[in-house]
Amino acid sequence: MLGVLLLAFSVVSVASAELCKPDAQNAFKVRLSIKTALGDNAYAWDANEEYLFKAMIAFTMRRYSSKSTTQISNVLLCNVTDRVSFWFVVTDSSKNTTTVPGSEVEAAIRMNRNRINSAFLLSDKTLQFLKISTTLSPPVEPSTPVWLIVFGVVLSLIVAGIVFLVVSGIQQRKKKNKESTERENLEEKGEVTITIENGIPCETLDLKAGHVNGVFAADDERFTSL
Amino acid sequence: MDVPPEVPKEDGRPKWDNKFQYILSCIGFAVGLGNVWRFPYLCQIHGGGIPLLHLELALGQCLRKGSINAWHTISPYLGGVGVASLMVSILVSLYYNTILTWVMWYFINSFQEPLPWSICPLNENRTGLNEECYESTAVNYFWYRKTLNITPDVTDSGTLQWWLILCLAACWAIVYLCTIRGIETTGKAIYVTAIFPYLVLTIFLIHGLSLPGATEGLVYLFTPNLNILQNPRVWLDAATQIFFSLSLAFGGLIAFSSYNPSKNDCEKDAVTVAIVNSITSLYASIPVFSVLGFKALTGYWDCLDRNIISVINEYDLPEQSITRQNYTDWITFLNSSNPEKLAGLKLKSCDLQEFLDQSVSGSGLAFIVFTQAIILMPGSQAWAILFFVMLFSLGLSSMFGNIEGVFTPLLEVKVISKSIPKELLSGIICLASFLFALCFTLGSGSYWIDIFDSYAGSLPLLVIAFFEVIGVAYVYKIKRFSKDMKWMTGRKLNLYWQITWKFISPLLLLIVFVAFVTLQIQKKPTYAAWNPKYEHFPVKEQKVYPPWVQAICVLLAALPCIFIPLVALIHLIKRMRRSKDPSFVPPEIFSCQEFNSNFSHPPQK
Repeated sequence: MLGVLLLAFSVVSVASAELCKPDAQNAFKVRLSIKTALGDNAYAWDANEEYLFKAMIAFTMRRYSSKSTTQISNVLLCNVTDRVSFWFVVTDSSKNTTTVPGSEVEAAIRMNRNRINSAFLLSDKTLQFLKISTTLSPPVEPSTPVWLIVFGVVLSLIVAGIVFLVVSGIQQRKKKNKESTERENLEEKGEVTITIENGIPCETLDLKAGHVNGVFAADDERFTSL
Repeated sequence: MDVPPEVPKEDGRPKWDNKFQYILSCIGFAVGLGNVWRFPYLCQIHGGGIPLLHLELALGQCLRKGSINAWHTISPYLGGVGVASLMVSILVSLYYNTILTWVMWYFINSFQEPLPWSICPLNENRTGLNEECYESTAVNYFWYRKTLNITPDVTDSGTLQWWLILCLAACWAIVYLCTIRGIETTGKAIYVTAIFPYLVLTIFLIHGLSLPGATEGLVYLFTPNLNILQNPRVWLDAATQIFFSLSLAFGGLIAFSSYNPSKNDCEKDAVTVAIVNSITSLYASIPVFSVLGFKALTGYWDCLDRNIISVINEYDLPEQSITRQNYTDWITFLNSSNPEKLAGLKLKSCDLQEFLDQSVSGSGLAFIVFTQAIILMPGSQAWAILFFVMLFSLGLSSMFGNIEGVFTPLLEVKVISKSIPKELLSGIICLASFLFALCFTLGSGSYWIDIFDSYAGSLPLLVIAFFEVIGVAYVYKIKRFSKDMKWMTGRKLNLYWQITWKFISPLLLLIVFVAFVTLQIQKKPTYAAWNPKYEHFPVKEQKVYPPWVQAICVLLAALPCIFIPLVALIHLIKRMRRSKDPSFVPPEIFSCQEFNSNFSHPPQK
């Protein structure tokens, strides 16, 4: 009895050793970069983590195909290194000697990648399944490009400035024209000779601060009345 | 009758609000994009620079006219010098504002999170990154594809890029807004555009010095690279850079100083502007090189890290067992045990010096290298916005000088000044320039800008400057000019200026001109094209200009210079015809002092 058990056990282990080895058929290499992802909060990779990994792969296979009855014992790990990297293979639950085709495993993992990642607190870059390429998510693009909005703001400011300056220029020109026509009219009447009294043109004296001296005010009193 | 005291002249010419505005405008014109992105060891030889600057400022101040009329007054045979200056100003304005268009495009894109030049877009079937972007870098892709949409060849014009047209329109609108009434409006705008860059440079200085790798960058800046200095082309570039750096021979400085009161110390102004220009170049180089050092160090670390990951993955070593410090030890150890396995990894050799040498000059510095460095800094949006607003201000204040060099002479042409108001003239100039500059928004636009920069913005300046110095020193004669200078500044003209104007400057200019032409003829004119289909992509493909493009290059260089002999010839013919007329009276000898004192007496009654 003991001999038979030992024989069965050795057959199983030899079989599993043959099923899971580097570059075996339907085997995948996994590489984790825990320290890079988590820094000081990094956990150590031990047997418990391996158990979780097996559980996740079994879960993935079950989720992918409802007919699947993959057990944790169907997932075989081997060649675990310090890096942390290892090879794994999924055996068929009904027959322990064959492995599930690689395409199925790949499809299953692709479907549930983010569940697997979050179980280990890692990302696509730090939990790598070599040979399984990830579908990249497109970058978020807003509906109106941001630069168009900023451009609109800048352009409206500029146009407002130009309109303001042009309009004020036209107004200034109109005022100047009005002043120069007034001056021309006065000149035509021949009344403007810019006489200067003490360096101040009389015109400004009249316009600005001229006070009529009350003593000399009444013109009609220049001449004594007859 | 008493002689009334001197009333200030009322010749209707606009004038600066104050001296500071004038100095700031000259500094803003001289300090431009080149001060930031051309390396300082190329720019600081001032044997030829200051005397010409002094000459132009004195000339404008004395004659109080734009470049065309000013040179016509000096001697009618030299009127062509003014026309040549006008042409050069026009050509340079066209492409300089297109560079500002690129700056504006980057500015309005800096508000996006994350910065659009930091990530590669996906390719069509979303399996990986865009190929062109992946093979070069995201920064290169954004510059060459998203901004320029560059064609692989200068003959392949491509299409007009609508986003660049929008930005070009905005840039010319800004230029119009600021130059609408000549110096009345630029004088106000210059306070912002000339001072703001210094503020930003200071902020970048403080931040840049705090970055890792800053010391490496500064050491690189201050150690002269003897190999580069042995190349005569470098010295030639330095000499021509002076003219572009101080904005000589554009006619803009003459225009600026023509709005000055006559009795102004132009010698002090010239020295001030030249010194500030040099100091700005040196001051700008410190933050630039700190940031470049930071970028080089980060690139070096990235290179090391990638190698380390390859080695760790290959040998299945624990994470973080190989650090940057013990990398070389590990490599020697692994090489000694199993050299073939290590060689199979094809590790790139990481050399910090190589990364530092990658720092280019010119537009590549701002749009490729610096933008890459900005991505690596925390708070990159703010740094990007600051940086591009600074570049825009620098370029805009130089554009003011360029436009003044076109505006002032045109305004003095009698036909124009009577019929057209100032606002309309500046509008016409800006609109016409915008329409011409649309060529630069084509796919091949940046190749054409390089052509304009190398040919229109270099050789004609040397020729114009040469004739300026010869004209004043030998046609107008130094003795007359010294008397004018004495009247303007109150001091006798220093012997240094007399010697440089008479002998040293013309000689230097002649040597540089001959060297330039010789070097140009010797080598085949080539350009570097961005061709994604090139086998060594992302290295640029060296192509030769086709003959018709070479003809355009020659035309660009020759067109401004042609006006000098042309106008002299026209005047000679006119003179010969007039001398046959017996009633011809030869024109009076012009003198700056008499010219200005005509205005200093009030109208006699």
